[in-house]
Amino acid sequence: MFLSETVTMSDKETSSKPTNKSALPVLRVRNLNVFAGDHHILNDINLDIPRNKVTVLLGPSGCGKTTLLKCMNKLTDLYRELKVSGNILIENDDILNTTTNIPSIRQKMGLLSQRPYPLPVSIYKNVAYGLKLKGVRDKKLIEFSVEKHLRETGLWEEVKNRLNSPATSLSIGQQQRLCLARGLAVKPTIILADEPTSALDPISSKIIENLFKELKKHYTIILVTHVLRQAMRLADHVIFMCDGKIIEQGQPDELFKNPQTEELRAYLVDGN
Amino acid sequence: MQLKRVLLDKINGFWMVTSLATILCLPLIIGTGLYLKAAPLFDQQSFMSLVFSSNWAPSKGEFGFWPFIAGSLYVTLLSFLFTAPVCLLAAIYLTQFSSKQLIRVMHPVIDVLAGLPSVIYGVWGILIIVPFVSDYVAPIFGTTSSGYSTLAGGIVLAVMCIPYILNMLIEVFNTVPSGLKEAALSMGATRWESVKHVVIRGNFPGIISAYGLGIAKAFGETIAVMMVVGNVVKVSGNPLHAAYPLPALIANNYGEMLSIPMYDAALMFAAFLLLIIILAFNLIFRYLIHKTKRQ
Repeated sequence: MFLSETVTMSDKETSSKPTNKSALPVLRVRNLNVFAGDHHILNDINLDIPRNKVTVLLGPSGCGKTTLLKCMNKLTDLYRELKVSGNILIENDDILNTTTNIPSIRQKMGLLSQRPYPLPVSIYKNVAYGLKLKGVRDKKLIEFSVEKHLRETGLWEEVKNRLNSPATSLSIGQQQRLCLARGLAVKPTIILADEPTSALDPISSKIIENLFKELKKHYTIILVTHVLRQAMRLADHVIFMCDGKIIEQGQPDELFKNPQTEELRAYLVDGN
Repeated sequence: MQLKRVLLDKINGFWMVTSLATILCLPLIIGTGLYLKAAPLFDQQSFMSLVFSSNWAPSKGEFGFWPFIAGSLYVTLLSFLFTAPVCLLAAIYLTQFSSKQLIRVMHPVIDVLAGLPSVIYGVWGILIIVPFVSDYVAPIFGTTSSGYSTLAGGIVLAVMCIPYILNMLIEVFNTVPSGLKEAALSMGATRWESVKHVVIRGNFPGIISAYGLGIAKAFGETIAVMMVVGNVVKVSGNPLHAAYPLPALIANNYGEMLSIPMYDAALMFAAFLLLIIILAFNLIFRYLIHKTKRQ
């Protein structure tokens, strides 16, 4: 109750004061709770995701990071056993209690999974898929967009002569970049990356990490990882989770150098 | 000790290869046997005339199999038209939309349907489907029918094929990783679009394979169809008319009318034709699977 009032208050504040949009969090989570039967998967989650930064959700396996990510693009709707309550505000629209249609909410978030899932069509059609769903029929615009996003993910030079080949013919690292390009083509505000390098070799992982550093100029990235070194390399903002709760959050320098909780301290010791 | 292990390894390998070779040779042995038994018929009539002639007068030595082939194909086609969309939609619902409780209920139901002897389907066809066709369907089209018809055969056969095709489609759709569906959804696809673009389009080879096996089963099904299809030697495009499928011809007459000259050879030829047509179906479906896999 208190926190939902806080949300309303801060909404009023933002509407009454002329503020710099880039300084406002792009996504806010308030009082988020997720249950699967009696199991409390996410427990009173409250967080702000800063715009055009890489926010790293860090924590041991099974702590609820992926569930939190799935709440953000409402993929939790697919799992009947999950009961979700609270508020997730994207640009002041509470996606858990909204009338906005779900596909358009999901298009605001490009999803990059643990392992690449290219659609069972060609490389070209994979990138064009989101545009077609948006109703874009102009072939030239689609071609332009496909090339632009394949270039953006550094894949264009590698695939430009075989755009009609099945996407599954690419290497796993290339497939992951294709999935990123495919997600960017729908012009998301946020990229949700769920351990996107866990199935990749070190070289492909490095390429993805470098891409994130570039992409954060235009997008907000929420990266789930349990690799401490990756978090240290990429994070602008860190949220450390354990057992479905947020234990600590803040700037990576402060958090990693001066952990306030025993859980994070133990995690940092083990991770290093 | 080492020698014993190597010897056992060799013996087991030999038995496995022998078993496999026997299975592989079976269709060839059956086909050759049927061909040799049917061979006397070829001295009287050419292969083409046997297949495409509609004159069926065994007592005069005229054996035209076209009414039986057409009857078999027609009943199979009708059953396929009824069963294919129903199974596809049911499999999609069960694997993509339904609750786990419903799946738990449906599995035993499907297994029971698959386990029912075909004579029960035949009796059910006589008691329910034949009167339904005669009393309700035929009047809609302003005609009369005894109910024993291609349509009744098609409906009974469709119900019989449902558990086979449905089970295979469920297996196929269950192999789609949830991550793939989530990928489509997160790009803004609706649930139906994700099913259409990922579950169906990505599984064309599996769907074709399920349908192919279902059709092969339907084509060879004998008892239930024989009980409701009317068994009249006539080529008719009207599904309310009776038909006489190939398996019914063999089952009805083998051992009964063998005093007529060449009749046993003709029945062996009918069995040989069944084998060839099922082989042709298989080849067509293999080709379609290969083609869709390449895309």
